[in-house]
Amino acid sequence: MSEPAVRVERVGKRYRIGGPQMGYVTLREAIVTAAQVPWQILRDGGPRNSRKEFWALKDVSFEVRQGEVLGIIGRNGAGKSTLLKILARVTHPTTGRAEISGRVGSLLEVGTGFHPELTGRENIFLNGAILGMKKVEILRKFDAIVDFAEIDKFLDTPVKRYSSGMYMRLAFSIAAHLDPEILIVDEVLAVGDSAFQKKCLGKMGRVASEGRTVLFVSHNMPAVVSLCDRALLLESGKLAAEGSPASIVQQYLAKEMSTSVIPLDQREDRSGDGSARIEFLKVESTDPDKIIRSGSRLKLTIGYSSDRSVQRPQFVVSIYDQMDTGIFLLHNDFVGGLPETLPSRGSVTCLTDPINLTPGRCYVHIELLKGNVRADLVPYAGYFDVEADDLFGSGMVPPRDWVLYMLGHSWWLNED
Amino acid sequence: MNLKPNREMPEYPGLLIEEPNLSAPADHPAKTIIEPPRGWQVINLREIWRYRELLYFLAWRDVKVRYKQTAIGALWAVLQPFLTMVVFSILFGRLMGLDTEGAPYPVFAYAALLPWTFFSGAFTRSGNSLISDANLISKVYFPRLILPFSAVISMLVDFGIAFIILIGMMLYYGITPGAAVLVLPLFLLLAFLTALGIGLWLSALNVKYRDITYVIPFMAQFWLFLTPVAYPTSLIPDRWQLLYSLNPMVGVVEGFRWALLGNPYIPGMPLILSTGAVLALFIGGLFYFRRMENEFADVV
Repeated sequence: MSEPAVRVERVGKRYRIGGPQMGYVTLREAIVTAAQVPWQILRDGGPRNSRKEFWALKDVSFEVRQGEVLGIIGRNGAGKSTLLKILARVTHPTTGRAEISGRVGSLLEVGTGFHPELTGRENIFLNGAILGMKKVEILRKFDAIVDFAEIDKFLDTPVKRYSSGMYMRLAFSIAAHLDPEILIVDEVLAVGDSAFQKKCLGKMGRVASEGRTVLFVSHNMPAVVSLCDRALLLESGKLAAEGSPASIVQQYLAKEMSTSVIPLDQREDRSGDGSARIEFLKVESTDPDKIIRSGSRLKLTIGYSSDRSVQRPQFVVSIYDQMDTGIFLLHNDFVGGLPETLPSRGSVTCLTDPINLTPGRCYVHIELLKGNVRADLVPYAGYFDVEADDLFGSGMVPPRDWVLYMLGHSWWLNED
Repeated sequence: MNLKPNREMPEYPGLLIEEPNLSAPADHPAKTIIEPPRGWQVINLREIWRYRELLYFLAWRDVKVRYKQTAIGALWAVLQPFLTMVVFSILFGRLMGLDTEGAPYPVFAYAALLPWTFFSGAFTRSGNSLISDANLISKVYFPRLILPFSAVISMLVDFGIAFIILIGMMLYYGITPGAAVLVLPLFLLLAFLTALGIGLWLSALNVKYRDITYVIPFMAQFWLFLTPVAYPTSLIPDRWQLLYSLNPMVGVVEGFRWALLGNPYIPGMPLILSTGAVLALFIGGLFYFRRMENEFADVV
């Protein structure tokens, strides 16, 4: 086996929060800080240590073979972006070392260095140079870049007059034609319309199939599973797991789900007479791994508390999509099941039929009524993400921005 | 009935799985080693050379953007030193009657304003370069030195345009420069190094202390008074001459006058001092910049 394309050995990155290393300081702030010290000594008995240390990455080691597509997943703040920034040499590690064999191209953010006043043509050259292309190389790829971006009519228009779609297409097109041996991609696919996202995924798939090494950070789990050969799971700056994309994605989602109890006792944005309160919400599926997929049945558990027993309870759960379109209304009076009187403290569970929703985010509002009086209402109490699921058995799933619902159906030819 | 337009069904990403072809780029790629930064380091000149095209494109962008939405465009490059020259001529030449050692005051002033305008514009832009391109620094790798460097280079274009006016003025006043004019590029180089040296310090400090942004215009103004642009160096009392010459722009400005106008004042001693000061400033700036460079992306 040849040498790995990327070798990362015990890499760590420390940031200082609150200290002068994090963010810029002005002289005024420096003076204010200095003036505060005597006061702090009086009040707290000593100067406060304002320099908190924070390890965005700690002791991360892994290797990427040449031609391998490695997915990196984890929650926000798990250190994914820091890791990519270190590999792209934008920032330095505090400890450890990394070795990279080959030219690195990074799509940390497409469109970096675009100047709004310059035309599309000018920005191709500028951005190309910023990404590390030689002028001859840009000239050679110029037509391909313009074709891919579909902006040939607007080549000599300043990009500030571009629509955001055109802007993104041009930006991605330049980056996609960089042809590096090692491509670092961070969330570029989160932008643009679905047709363009499809094009980007296709391009990435092709890059991968050409034997390039790709490091791919994404929240798009189906994309990670389908594009990557292997995946890493980062958790609070540490490497939590490593393995096949499917198993890592499942592990990640299961972990997300196990922490899916959403406490609501701190929420202030509630209304109602307060005679009973909604304490928490838990959303999971009935699947063994509790991951919510298109075909899953939802299991919602709502915790409540009150001073005395709750008479004639009405639990109303409304589920909305990102556009605030109502999808479902779940109400215990619709279907029955709860007793006339509930104990003063406890939880109720609601189980649904398969939701058949397209992959995407859904928001949950909860209301609790006693008799017909609203006791408590928590808007946007929580949300859950529906993961893609091969509901039709064809491997095809319509995207959320087309439709909300997936309806089972069948076709035949009429014999006349 | 209006059905939704026929849209191409996106392939579920699951359909995109393709067998990676492991036989692809097998040439011996360069190896990059990423390690924690270690103290003081020398600027990697070979790397700067490798990024020379980016240097060119960034300078080109600066020039292009500077005059893109202005009505008279690149004329601004001429107007600024020219109008200053007119004001100086009325104020110092006509009203105060300063001694210019033979040369007509307008040429005397313009020959100094030319390198001065270049210098002040260059170090101002250079000092602010890292801040104005902060998004580049936090997203893409390249030697950061490229930014202050390209800012200084972009001002050379303005210098070139403003130089044309000088040629016109010299023709008008019938001044023919001697062989000394051949050394002119050296004085320009000195101004270049001074601007870049200051720019390196200011830009690196600016990332951490945004006060520098406000200090820069003040510095430019203050420095103008300390440089013999409106007046000749001979105005400075002898006992201050040595200290005065530590200002690198003294050597540059007097050098320009000497080379172009055949000014009898030969800037010998000041020039040596100035050059020494520039080199110290420039090399110090390189080291300081290199040291701070590692933090830029985290701080900016």
